[in-house]
Amino acid sequence: MNEGMKELLIVKYGEVMLKGNNRPMFVNALIRNINEVFGDSVRYRIRKGQSMLYIEPEEGFDLDQATKQLRRVFGVLLFHRALEVEKDPEKIKASSVDYFAKALNGSRSFKIETRRTDKQFPQRSQEINNLLGAHIADAFPHLQVDVHDPDVTLFVNIRKEAAYIYRDKERGAGGLPVGTGGKATALLSGGIDSPLAAWLIARRGVALNALHFHSYPYTSERSKKKVIGLARQLAQYTGRMNLYVFPFTGIQEAIADHCPDDQLTIIMRRMMMKGAEKIARKTSAQALVTGESIAQVASQTMESLTVTNAAVDMPVFRPLIGMDKEEIIDFTRQIGTYNISIEPYSDCCTIFVPRHPQTKPKLEKIRESESQVDFDGMIDKAMEKVEVIEIKPEEEAMIE
Amino acid sequence: MIYLDNAATTRPFDEVIDVMGKVMREDFANPSSLHHLGVKAEEVMVESRKILAGALQVDPGEVYFTSGGTETNNLVVKGAAQAHRKRGRHIITSAIEHKSVLNTMHALEQEGYEVTYVPVDSEGLVDLQFLEEALREDTILVSIMHVNNETGAIQPVDRIEEILRKHHPKPLFHVDAVQSFARIPLHPHHSDIDLLTLNSHKIHGPKGIGALFKRQGVNLAPLLDGGKQEGGLRSGTENLPGIAGFARAAQLNFENIFERQNHMSHLRYMLRARMVEAFDQVVINTPDDRFAAPHILNVSFPGLQGEVLLRKLETAEIYVSTGSACTSGKNTPSHVLKAMGRSKEEVQGALRFSFSAMNREEELEQVMKHLVPAVEKVRKMMR
Repeated sequence: MNEGMKELLIVKYGEVMLKGNNRPMFVNALIRNINEVFGDSVRYRIRKGQSMLYIEPEEGFDLDQATKQLRRVFGVLLFHRALEVEKDPEKIKASSVDYFAKALNGSRSFKIETRRTDKQFPQRSQEINNLLGAHIADAFPHLQVDVHDPDVTLFVNIRKEAAYIYRDKERGAGGLPVGTGGKATALLSGGIDSPLAAWLIARRGVALNALHFHSYPYTSERSKKKVIGLARQLAQYTGRMNLYVFPFTGIQEAIADHCPDDQLTIIMRRMMMKGAEKIARKTSAQALVTGESIAQVASQTMESLTVTNAAVDMPVFRPLIGMDKEEIIDFTRQIGTYNISIEPYSDCCTIFVPRHPQTKPKLEKIRESESQVDFDGMIDKAMEKVEVIEIKPEEEAMIE
Repeated sequence: MIYLDNAATTRPFDEVIDVMGKVMREDFANPSSLHHLGVKAEEVMVESRKILAGALQVDPGEVYFTSGGTETNNLVVKGAAQAHRKRGRHIITSAIEHKSVLNTMHALEQEGYEVTYVPVDSEGLVDLQFLEEALREDTILVSIMHVNNETGAIQPVDRIEEILRKHHPKPLFHVDAVQSFARIPLHPHHSDIDLLTLNSHKIHGPKGIGALFKRQGVNLAPLLDGGKQEGGLRSGTENLPGIAGFARAAQLNFENIFERQNHMSHLRYMLRARMVEAFDQVVINTPDDRFAAPHILNVSFPGLQGEVLLRKLETAEIYVSTGSACTSGKNTPSHVLKAMGRSKEEVQGALRFSFSAMNREEELEQVMKHLVPAVEKVRKMMR
């Protein structure tokens, strides 16, 4: 790029637009989240435009890096890496040849798409299309104009303050800015499903904290490290969050000591839900998030889910409820959690699998078994020993 | 702390650490340098090589330093295959070798070599008749480990050599002696072994150093091209502190090798007896004393997860293994126990206790004291 050319990022925030009078709140949250993702060490300016944000780099700003980071900010519908040009047809022509040279050399056909927001600008959109199109066709004789299926589309946007030229749009992560939709506690087992459930809820603007039930020595130190890795990967999208590690060994042993074989899993899950509710309430989260999907395993039949659900008095979000395993796997590959999840360290869901779990448990029977032990007391005691780990996005994580 | 994972690695002798520190401080020069400091460094290397050669009763010129057991095994298998490919492309090994042999064999299969994997019996000993029948005119290498790292089974090296001796043309005979070196006497010349793998960190030496014994006249292609150190077989500036530490460790082991061996055998014998006494359902995977290395006892608790028992013991600062640690912390089912025909439950429930001469008999009391309730508890949890 030549001296003096000014590149910037134009961010469109789609759904945030729909929120009427709350809009400033959403936009401010989005700006806050972008600031957090970029970190304190880089210098740039964010300018609010109509229905979009302009991120203007200052010295030392790495646009490639920023592009990668921006893909992970919820609330961003799409964004462009654009060049700011003086509002002068000649300047636009010259800059376009320069700025798009690389892309145009590698293509066979192109088209121009102009939007003129500034109605004071003398040329109409179609005129600019023609003018610029002719100029580019002159400069790159190998190129054909193709308005239906071009290899490259060059966009020109004439706005009040300046003209912007750019090509392909980058898709953002969509959704709503984290922090605009309340707060929830996401249970992370270390498996494939739970990180996606957390991610999907966060994408709706919900701030998260994460919770893991640790049953050392039945589960390993490495399985805890794996959960930390998953939380770090999620934090790439959600920003900083707390991971709570709940010491579950005693409760697990008490279940095995006092409850019937075929109820072990369902009671274990109910106790986890009870523990999760305590953590949620203590951290002002309003809901729980789990990765359950109907009938994936015995403890996720509709009957089992009903019994699990009855353990708590707060909403439980299960965004994967209707998804197939294959779909879940594809999705987790995209968000970068899959490869962490499949590290082969056993978690509580693989170590404690009784041979014949109940698929149609009855709540009264389960409650009766649970009454053998003072589980509430045990949960309260365990709450005192919950470990809090602060997860920061900037620490190493697997990206894409 | 009770450390019973000596087949994975051992704690270095203090004297080893001292000698390595001294070499790093004082003899840091490159042994190939022409100046006086280089000559001094070279002396350390010559002396160390002599010590190892003495331990094996071979000529110092037959000992080559490498970065460890994995490298030596790669060098032997790939180097022999490469150097002798005109004569034949068939290799024989066993189903229970270390991954550094097995995966190297798999790599050769990709290149068009044919590999026969000799099965083992339920005690983990190679099937000699199978081996004999597998020999062909184009067999260029037979690679069998001396002591299996998971079960401690001693393979009948001398009987294998007898079989090979009858066969013409005679293939090269390689023995991976990583687990047996300095634990059981083995003299390559007496047993007509052509190639032998040695390693330092299993005998209280440093990691990152190992050696190859190569009988004079045996032809191997090197893995690395470079400055032609180690007779051109292993280019790269020599790891002098490692070499000196390795030699000192060997020296200390051999000073009283029979006492050490007896002590470890006794520990293994006692622990085995206590296990059989304490548990109804325990399966012993280590063969009986005649065929077992002194330092390994492998047992299975069918239906339990060895990994969970391991962590139960860990909470009492007792460190054991579920089998081989060589799959970088991952708990993959043991190919050795599978080859011995053990059931899935037996494989999952395996625990390996491996001793050094530093362990004391009182420690076994501690092990049993924690293992008995742990097995009981875990059995309840895993029902």
